[in-house]
Amino acid sequence: MMNAATNVVNPSAAPRAWSRAAFWLRTQLFSSPLNTLLTLLTLWLLLATVPAMVDWFFLNSTLTATSAQECRKVTGACWAVIVEKHRLILFGVYPFEEQWRPLLATLLLLGVIVLSGVRRFWNLSLLVFWVIALSGASVLMWGGVFGLSYVENSRWGGLPLTLMLSTFGIAFAFPLGIVLALGRRSDMPAIKTICIVYIELIRGVPLISLLFMSAVMLPLFLPEGITIDKLLRAQAAIILFAAAYMAETIRGGLQAIPKGQFEGADSLGLTYWQQMRLIVLPQALKIVIPPLVGLFIALFKDTSLVVIIGIFDLTQAAKAALVDQTWRGFSIEIYVFISAIYFVFCYSMSKYSQSLEKRLATEHQR
Amino acid sequence: MMNSNSTAAAQAPKKRLSWNNPEVRAIVYQVLAVALVGGVGWYLVHNTLHNLSVRNITTGFGFLTREAGFAIGEGLISFTPADTYQRAITVGVLNTLRVAFLGILFATILGTIIGIARLSKNWLVRTVSSVYVEVMRNIPLLLQLFFWYVILIETMPGPRRAYHPMPGVFVSNRGIQMPSVHGEGLTWLLVGLALAVVLCLALRGWARRRQEQTGQVFALGRSTIALLIMTPALAWWVSGTTFSLDVPELKGFNFVGGLTLTPEFAALLFGLVIYTSAFIAEVVRSGIQSVDRGQWEAAGALGIKNSLVLRLVVMPQALRVIIPPMTSQYLNITKNSSLAVAIGYPDLVSVINTTLNQTGQAIEGILMIMAAYLTVSLSISLFMNWYNKRIALVER
Repeated sequence: MMNAATNVVNPSAAPRAWSRAAFWLRTQLFSSPLNTLLTLLTLWLLLATVPAMVDWFFLNSTLTATSAQECRKVTGACWAVIVEKHRLILFGVYPFEEQWRPLLATLLLLGVIVLSGVRRFWNLSLLVFWVIALSGASVLMWGGVFGLSYVENSRWGGLPLTLMLSTFGIAFAFPLGIVLALGRRSDMPAIKTICIVYIELIRGVPLISLLFMSAVMLPLFLPEGITIDKLLRAQAAIILFAAAYMAETIRGGLQAIPKGQFEGADSLGLTYWQQMRLIVLPQALKIVIPPLVGLFIALFKDTSLVVIIGIFDLTQAAKAALVDQTWRGFSIEIYVFISAIYFVFCYSMSKYSQSLEKRLATEHQR
Repeated sequence: MMNSNSTAAAQAPKKRLSWNNPEVRAIVYQVLAVALVGGVGWYLVHNTLHNLSVRNITTGFGFLTREAGFAIGEGLISFTPADTYQRAITVGVLNTLRVAFLGILFATILGTIIGIARLSKNWLVRTVSSVYVEVMRNIPLLLQLFFWYVILIETMPGPRRAYHPMPGVFVSNRGIQMPSVHGEGLTWLLVGLALAVVLCLALRGWARRRQEQTGQVFALGRSTIALLIMTPALAWWVSGTTFSLDVPELKGFNFVGGLTLTPEFAALLFGLVIYTSAFIAEVVRSGIQSVDRGQWEAAGALGIKNSLVLRLVVMPQALRVIIPPMTSQYLNITKNSSLAVAIGYPDLVSVINTTLNQTGQAIEGILMIMAAYLTVSLSISLFMNWYNKRIALVER
């Protein structure tokens, strides 16, 4: 026993940096024949594509070319076309000297989206922010008051329009979605049926068919003499579409609330609406915040479909920038540019939603 | 009290017609809701009928039998401008089904591979597949379609200088040309394949029964592969090995022969597959991750090979998590195939759009689009629900 105690094994030295790297390589990349093969295959794929892309994107590209002729001489990307067309792509055909207004509206909408991500504002103040931002953006875009010149909405376009379609879409779909979700869980058969039929009907058809409907069928629905312009009709279609998906998401949250919460509220003698407003919805909505962010991302991407009925959103503005005869043949550059815009928005929102999900999940486990 | 309604009613306190009675309230609310929906519906129909009569548009589906007068770029059945609208719409439906079917097939394969790759122990494979997923699912599908279409139409060379990556395959701004197979041999090959599938299913059933009774394991994988290769080959050989490979050839300014993927079809299929595979990859990854680590470890402790653990232990459990979101991805592919209208692939929406522009039958056209997608959506979800039920956990 004593002997064993004195026989201390000396600790081995810490691994040196290069051997740590070698260890990492061995375990991560070359741990088995199959893994080695996969590594080599992926490396081959990367070598075949990445250098060519870097060449095209950066090394052989030009940002400063002053004409399309100059651009055609380079083998890489012609980013000069973006420099030339960025105002058209970002703001569409909004009057050129007034374009600070859509810029401000964009910042306002971005501001409210970012504010919605801050948990300190997850209360009634958020509603106030949204009302201010949405009405502020509309006033800025439309004008006609406070000395701003009136700009009709057929001239709106680009990024602010994409943002408006999605923020207004989500903002108005939210209350509608709550009502539909509650209706679908209702005990009253007639109300339940109406909600189910609405939700399943909308979710069963593509957004395009609803947009077509707004473009060609909605004018027929209205009494003679009343017309609603194309943009508002498309916005209505987007709201109705989003509401159905929103309802299903919120229903998921409602289902996650334990039965005891309802019974507890019942035993306090709360009415149905008090129960929902004070007990059930605050908990249910908190659960569904991450999927709601996902829904917003999907809606943000889906607004690009308004191109098909000829509304001038970001994607349509990009297409408009393509048709200029003098700058023809740089479609890929322009598509890459707006893809990057969409990507930055969607990726940051999805990263946010993932981190939120983690934080909310840990809270739940407490 | 439990077995007779009449006694229950007699013993219950007498119901009063009061606002405080929840049943009365429920009836009032429901009547109001139905009246509201019905009223709005009636109002819209009334306006529509009035507007239609003012504009002299006749309603009804009579236009379907009239001559269409427009050409359709591609289709599974022949179509000329002299054919009826009905046939045009059939071509559109078949085109939608074709792209949706192939899209679902390839997106499932690609998505499953990428989803498993995201869980790989290999850092490089994991990172590359994560980048793929993040990039592809954060760019709108419509934009991706435009992108692929522009790449095929604008940056690809003309037929005379077409890319030639493999023998018999040409990529040019006219689309992608591939060799196709013709002749009686092909029919026999397909018959053999069908026979092989039936044989495999029968063999599987027999092997399972035998294993349950005697515990003997049958080498199912190897015999399945052998059957799938041997039977069609045998059928083909017996039929006299008639087999003609139709390789596309450059004649004049365009290709002749072989199988052609038009730029529209190719762009739509690429876009749908690449976009949706990113979502399917996430579905597969989260499904596999949802299976408890203990399952892997327990199977490992029993000495089962890693590949068998995945197939026999993990996948059956993961599938239960995977199937419902996978269904909604399949539905998304079908619905998203309607974006074809933006790049000019003649799918259902595109054909009906042309039809309603020509005839002015907007309501009928849009109702047909909605009915068609609802039918497809409902059938896919019915099938997937059936499959889901089949693999669901059987609990005592």
